[in-house]
Amino acid sequence: MFKAKKVSKMFGGLAAIKDLHLHIEPGELVGLIGPNGAGKTTAFNLMTGVYSPTEGELCFVGENVAGLKPYIITNKGIARTFQNIRLFKSMSVIDNVKVGFHGHIQYSLFSAFFHGKTYRTVETEMENRAMHLLQIFNLQDKRDELASNLPYGEQRRLEIVRALAAKPKLLLLDEPAAGMNPQETKQLMALIHKIRQDFQLTILLIEHDMSLVMGICERLYVLDYGRIIAEGTPEEIKNNPKVIEAYLGEEALHA
Amino acid sequence: MTKKQILVLSSTLFFVWFVVYMATDVWGLINSFQQVNIIWAGINVILAVSLNLVVGFTGQLALGHAGFMAVGAYTSAVLTMHFGIPYVLAILAGAVMAFFMGIVIGLPTLRLRGDYLAIATLGFGEIIRGVLVNIDYVGGAAGINGIAKITNWTWTYIFTIITVVLINNFIHSLHGKACITIRDDEVASELMGINTTYYKTLAFSMGAFFAGIAGGLYAHYFFMIQPATFALQKSFDALVMVVLGGLGSITGAVLAGLGVTFMNAALIELGAFRMVIYSVLLILVMMFRPQGLMGNKEFSARVFDRILPKRGGKDDV
Repeated sequence: MFKAKKVSKMFGGLAAIKDLHLHIEPGELVGLIGPNGAGKTTAFNLMTGVYSPTEGELCFVGENVAGLKPYIITNKGIARTFQNIRLFKSMSVIDNVKVGFHGHIQYSLFSAFFHGKTYRTVETEMENRAMHLLQIFNLQDKRDELASNLPYGEQRRLEIVRALAAKPKLLLLDEPAAGMNPQETKQLMALIHKIRQDFQLTILLIEHDMSLVMGICERLYVLDYGRIIAEGTPEEIKNNPKVIEAYLGEEALHA
Repeated sequence: MTKKQILVLSSTLFFVWFVVYMATDVWGLINSFQQVNIIWAGINVILAVSLNLVVGFTGQLALGHAGFMAVGAYTSAVLTMHFGIPYVLAILAGAVMAFFMGIVIGLPTLRLRGDYLAIATLGFGEIIRGVLVNIDYVGGAAGINGIAKITNWTWTYIFTIITVVLINNFIHSLHGKACITIRDDEVASELMGINTTYYKTLAFSMGAFFAGIAGGLYAHYFFMIQPATFALQKSFDALVMVVLGGLGSITGAVLAGLGVTFMNAALIELGAFRMVIYSVLLILVMMFRPQGLMGNKEFSARVFDRILPKRGGKDDV
């Protein structure tokens, strides 16, 4: 479904990502882990078009998407959430979700100006679909609340709802459990499982919380200094000396 | 809006038109100085609401609004004077011309952000003025004289209402919300599948379109136009109204457009001292209400429900 071939991203002389290879098969739940500053978010930014790679190919369902504008990539079926929540703060919860429909539910500018019949039908349809999504995430009571007024955990959930509204085939979650307590993390894990089945999603997630990563990911990539240093099942990764070294330093290995 | 709200709103609007119309043309209660101010109020409301679409809703600090007003004014004046095109068509043609100028100027400049965009659009506004000064066909620095005086209270009122309704409808549509997401977070907006360049240019050129209408109204009321009329000062006036009313509030822009016009008129006898009072008021508002008079709140048609008690029966939600 998604393949990165020899992708590099240079910022001046610094290689933020070097020779990145990764492949994600349909329906998989893959984790991307690594120490701080390893380049995980940069990898997401490359995959979604925020940056264009200095070299290499990014193939999404058989098509090279490297260098395309972010909105085009999103409309092709890759949606994401952000490490530092980026909701539309001045908009209500339900409007945030409706914005997610942008690429696939539309009416003309004419309808926008004159609010005719098409406007009403489409708006009602969006309303229903948005409420349906909000219910799955138990946010239906907050529909008219401003997004910025939600508690932290709910803002994180709303970001996932918004991304789902874009009807992605591949969902990228950037630290979905950041700042959540163990109880909330557990609920989130269950939720990720559920949406993956209900929406037939392929998911790639960045996470620091090892219990979450080891708990739900089927396969892991470990990134360090912009390079993939290991790949495998959670069990394999746990015992990989290179990974232990990257996380804990070389001495830990010999201790 | 419910049917009842639309009914009450339109009858209120009709009533306002009727009273002012009778007071000017039939009862003779409104003197000529006040009549000028009423026309100015309409023009200023159009300028403020259309600029708010760009600055307040889409979050793009653009300063060339007077330039687009000039395009509308000159185009419509030339069309009615030299080509005998009917007034309404000429005004619309001026607006369309301004719309295309908006696209031409918007496409390159809207890549810039914040203060860079402000300075670039300011430059383009001045270029439009500079070009007009150098075209002899439109009278150079002396401008055009003797344009038919057709704009009156009724036309001003109609164009103002249409502007407010259309921009309000746009803002409450998918396309308008796409513009608001750009203001809130441009990166996230693009990553939600929104073509931000398209929507920034759309908002900008729509703002230009309505500024063009304001220019057309102006040209056909004051029967002479000069490039100097559409200098920087006019762009700033519009921006002040937008900030005063509240970035992202149509109600605020309307109130500020009316308020600034009538306050200026009321203080006219103070002469130069008027500007001091005006400035002090601006400073006070910015100190004690930095979000503007309305913030981003809107007038809601629901207030009519309170005025008109329900006659039993089913409740509209």
